[in-house]
Amino acid sequence: MSAFFRDLLRFRRGPWEMLASIIIALGVFMLMQPFSLFGYTYSFIITLVGTVMFLIVSHFPE
Amino acid sequence: MANGIIERAAKLTPAPFARKIKGLSDRAIAWIFITPTIIILLAVNIFPLIWTIWLSFTNFKANRPNADVKWIGLRNYERILTDSDIWLTMQATAHFLIWTLVLQVLIGFALAWLINQKFKGNDLWTTIIVLPMMLSPAVVGNFWTFLYQPQIGLFNYVFAFLTQSDPTSFSMIGDVALAPWSIVIVDTWMWTPFVMLICLAGLRSIPDYIYEAAECDRASKWRQFWTITVPMVLPFLMLAVLFRGIENFKMFDLVVQLTGGGPGSTTELTSINLKREAFEKWRTGYSSAYAIILFVTVFGLASIYVKALNKVKER
Repeated sequence: MSAFFRDLLRFRRGPWEMLASIIIALGVFMLMQPFSLFGYTYSFIITLVGTVMFLIVSHFPE
Repeated sequence: MANGIIERAAKLTPAPFARKIKGLSDRAIAWIFITPTIIILLAVNIFPLIWTIWLSFTNFKANRPNADVKWIGLRNYERILTDSDIWLTMQATAHFLIWTLVLQVLIGFALAWLINQKFKGNDLWTTIIVLPMMLSPAVVGNFWTFLYQPQIGLFNYVFAFLTQSDPTSFSMIGDVALAPWSIVIVDTWMWTPFVMLICLAGLRSIPDYIYEAAECDRASKWRQFWTITVPMVLPFLMLAVLFRGIENFKMFDLVVQLTGGGPGSTTELTSINLKREAFEKWRTGYSSAYAIILFVTVFGLASIYVKALNKVKER
């Protein structure tokens, strides 16, 4: 776990891609879940942030 | 032969033009070759995307091309993301997507595994199983509407025979609770062979000596399946899920032909809803924002998925 945060601070690709993937997955879940309209409303911005983040961090060093 | 053609082409090139291109570097020649492709790519892919993004911030209506186009900022996005009807459409799409993928992967893998067992006539069975995939979605949608008919439909009769119920007591397409399942069944019937073929390619790529080595180590069939078959077929299976996932996210023709989005809007998937907004209500700006939301969602999901696929391949 500490290695994850250390690599995150050193701007390494692996943990940042993982973080972006979690944000995208959360956004997609919020878009399609049947429980909360509030979640649906904020789903797109979360997916967009995750996707843009993924595009940027996939150029970080390994 | 090739040299002869080149020499003839060089001779036929007009002298002033030949002098001009003689001085060009390899890099410049490479650019000359790829420029037309780049221009076509920009015109066909990139320009429509940028145009759609711009339209999504306006109130443009394609049926009123001469009307003033106003910049309305994020209002289209706000409307879509607070609309409970579109939210229901997203849920219908999620239901369709999840169940078709689960069923197609399970049945497709099982069929591939069975076909891979060498038995007499497995080529014939492969051809028979693959047939639904070769049909047009319009044809499939049409004949399944007949199969689902409560009075004359074969599906109702078979189901009623198996469950000892009245065949006219339920209507797959007309019932709000059953209609979402009716489209899942048809899509699974049509596209499971595709998943099966990809899995079969994966299964046939596993060398026999790995199983022989496992036999020597006295590994059980069950253990061989989980430690050899599944890990080696997984990249193929993930590829099949990626293809089917993207296809089903934009599913249109089959569902329109089968249920038309009904009853009510229970089977109205996002692509059908989007088409209604764009070409029946002519809310072009609004539907552009809708399309961008779907695009970002599919793009985000595909990014994660391709990353996961590459990791599995590296193992």
